[in-house]
Amino acid sequence: MTDEKPSLWQRLQPLLQAVKRLSAAGWKLAMYWLGIAARALKRLAAAGWKLARYWLGIAARETWIVLKRLPIASYSFARAMVSADDAQRLTDFYINAASSPSSAKTPPAPAAVLQESGPDSALVLLSLLQKEGRFLDFLQEEVSGYSDQEVGAAARVVHDGCQRVLEDHLSIAPVRDEPEGTQVTLNKGFDPAAERPTGQVIGEPPFTGALVHRGWRALEVHLPRVASSRDVRILAPAEVEL
Amino acid sequence: MNAARYAIGIDLGTTHSALSYVETAKCEGEEVEQRILKIPQLTAAGSVEERPLLPSFLYLPHPDEHKQGDLTLPWGGDPTRVIGEHARRQGLTTPIRLVASAKSWLCHPDVDRKAPILPPEVPAEVPQLSPFEASMLYLTHLREAWNGAHPYDPLEEQEVTVTVPASFDPAARELTAEAAKAVGIEHLVLLEEPQAALYSWVNDSLGRWRHDVKVGDIILVVDVGGGTSDFSLIAVTEQAGALELTRVAVGEHILLGGDNMDLTLAHVVKQKLKKNGVELDRWQLQALTHGCRQAKEALLADAELASYPIVVPSRGAKLIGGSIRTELTHDEVTTTLINGFFPEVSVDERPAQRARGALTKVGLPFAQDPAVTRHLAAFLGKQAGATEDLEGFVEHAHWASFLHPTAVLFNGGVFNAQVLRDRVLQVLNQWLAGEDAPPARLLAAHDMDLAVARGAAFYAYARNHGGVRIRGGTSHSYYVGIERSMPAIPGMEPELHALCVVPFGLEEGSAPVVPPQEFGLVVGEPVRFRFFGSSVRREDQVGDLLEEWSEDELEEMEEIQTSLPADKLKRSEVVPVRLQAEVSEVGTLELTAIPTNVKADGEASDWKVSFNTRGSNSNGAGG
Repeated sequence: MTDEKPSLWQRLQPLLQAVKRLSAAGWKLAMYWLGIAARALKRLAAAGWKLARYWLGIAARETWIVLKRLPIASYSFARAMVSADDAQRLTDFYINAASSPSSAKTPPAPAAVLQESGPDSALVLLSLLQKEGRFLDFLQEEVSGYSDQEVGAAARVVHDGCQRVLEDHLSIAPVRDEPEGTQVTLNKGFDPAAERPTGQVIGEPPFTGALVHRGWRALEVHLPRVASSRDVRILAPAEVEL
Repeated sequence: MNAARYAIGIDLGTTHSALSYVETAKCEGEEVEQRILKIPQLTAAGSVEERPLLPSFLYLPHPDEHKQGDLTLPWGGDPTRVIGEHARRQGLTTPIRLVASAKSWLCHPDVDRKAPILPPEVPAEVPQLSPFEASMLYLTHLREAWNGAHPYDPLEEQEVTVTVPASFDPAARELTAEAAKAVGIEHLVLLEEPQAALYSWVNDSLGRWRHDVKVGDIILVVDVGGGTSDFSLIAVTEQAGALELTRVAVGEHILLGGDNMDLTLAHVVKQKLKKNGVELDRWQLQALTHGCRQAKEALLADAELASYPIVVPSRGAKLIGGSIRTELTHDEVTTTLINGFFPEVSVDERPAQRARGALTKVGLPFAQDPAVTRHLAAFLGKQAGATEDLEGFVEHAHWASFLHPTAVLFNGGVFNAQVLRDRVLQVLNQWLAGEDAPPARLLAAHDMDLAVARGAAFYAYARNHGGVRIRGGTSHSYYVGIERSMPAIPGMEPELHALCVVPFGLEEGSAPVVPPQEFGLVVGEPVRFRFFGSSVRREDQVGDLLEEWSEDELEEMEEIQTSLPADKLKRSEVVPVRLQAEVSEVGTLELTAIPTNVKADGEASDWKVSFNTRGSNSNGAGG
């Protein structure tokens, strides 16, 4: 009726094509199954049980592969019968799938989008580390002219203060609880971001190896709420004693 | 009216405040689920964090000190008053704008508690607040924090318990109650802090406390917080087969706490540095005090540790070049803290009293003797007869020179250190052994920083839903001074008698008491009475007239005053009245002047007698 939306007949055309393809595929599958079954029967008649069992096994496996889909097929059938919405969704799904038969060939969508990490929370954390632990003072100072003892004394201030910041604002726990050096196993499907295999990385998981580093995981982050007026780029204000 | 959904306990502390709450519907019997409110507060300019403790510090910033909007709280807030962590930090570098220890000022008898006197002695340009206002602002902050988290159950409608030191006098209690009412808390009760600590212990025991104590036990609660020390004695009694707790005595107000200890250590280290030619400025001394606190905690926790390093960071950006490294040794902590604050003293020792110089500036009346154990000896000695009138108590040996506690409960951040708990218990048990009494047991307490708030919430709940209550009533008996009429003798003050108006242990909500004596009050003129309190005269009844008493039995408190308005009566007419005393449901003492010749038309009304909170020297602020 309108130019924007094709009529149902036009929309159904590709579906009919698909049905045609589907019935062809179904016919092929049925023939294949019948071929195997026939061969099995022939062996049973000619050479007896032993050889027929091989072909019967194949026939049974093929049958099972198809029959396994029965639950989801019946479920979809039931859903389509019961719910108008679901029926519409399924129709759209088949039509769209049928109308863009080349969809399988499109390049896979990227698994993740690269995004900028916002500078604000990094700056807030830095200013906390500076306020409590003099972190920036420590890093910005030239250490080569000082003895280890002097650097060590200052490191106490930094360690003590920064540790407090971590305790107050992050809950940090090791990724693996085992002591370092113990043998651990990475099962199939392990999260490579959390557990990184190194060295002889070959073969299939499960991998077994020695735990070299326990890893760290932030369980919770609770940074302060920041007023919109605050300039977070000021990491530490200049102090002027009056 | 529907019952309140939450029972709330507020610990309005000298150095920290906290709010604990229970949802009444989720509690059953003595199994009460406690939660601590996370209090949003400024932790730096433009940054707000939620913390379980709200430092009781208030900073009055200069208008140009912060950017517009940098002092915004989740509920907006008043940018001219900063409360909490940021206030405390700002005060380290700019002390002239910091209000601290407002609670200690609230019970300072020599100043007007409603006059703007804090921060004390500052340049005229700096705004000042009254101790009362400061307390009100802390409560307002807590109210806003609560209402932000529970918008449908505002604090004003919940059952709220606010804690006060057991040693708070009636005037300071009334001021606290008034501050709570002023922020809109309607269902308010006051609770003594050591009692709250004991309630918290009861709460933590989930009902097993009944097996841990028995009838005849006397529990000594030793509460040493950041700024004050507070003692109470609570006896375990029996009523109709059920265990009951009765508070029998409270100690005096002692301004001595953990902050003194950290400061003392800092001065020890400062002197050590001075010998090596290193001088510290005020900012560095603050940093040193902070370092000493950590060193103290580490050294007290581990007896093996010989010393703990302290680094005083430079104030400038050169951290490595400008820092001063020193250390605190185990011996220094032991001699300074344990021997200085918890010395082994004999039970008949009393705190040293120095005569105050006549020219002392008005400041807080800090304890002059730092020895907590000596204050404890004085308290137990004074209360030797505290359990005489209790039923079911073994007659206290007549020769006992002090009251023998059978169990001890510690509270306050100072006693997070096991060494100090052990020390106090050891000294106490030495005293007990000296009089052949069995040693006192330790009642295990948890979470000494939050116990008071938790106990207060438990009380707010138990009060309305049945549960153990600590009985006690007023911790003092109160008297008004009456001058005996006699011919004037030059050089001699007229003889003073004391009329008992409030007996010891008058409970809240009980019938008011009226001594039969009549007073003639002059209409239209303010009338003042001298007012006395006693923590040891338990047997005095209402109307008893004391002609003599020993010096340490009766303590003169601030005057009480009333004024009969001259609206219906003729000015300077003398009206006979009686003084009626009552403890309100809130827990404050109320005195009323009731005219005795009530006229038929009922025109004579009652007049409230108020406690003097204006201080004995009228210009106490001094500037």
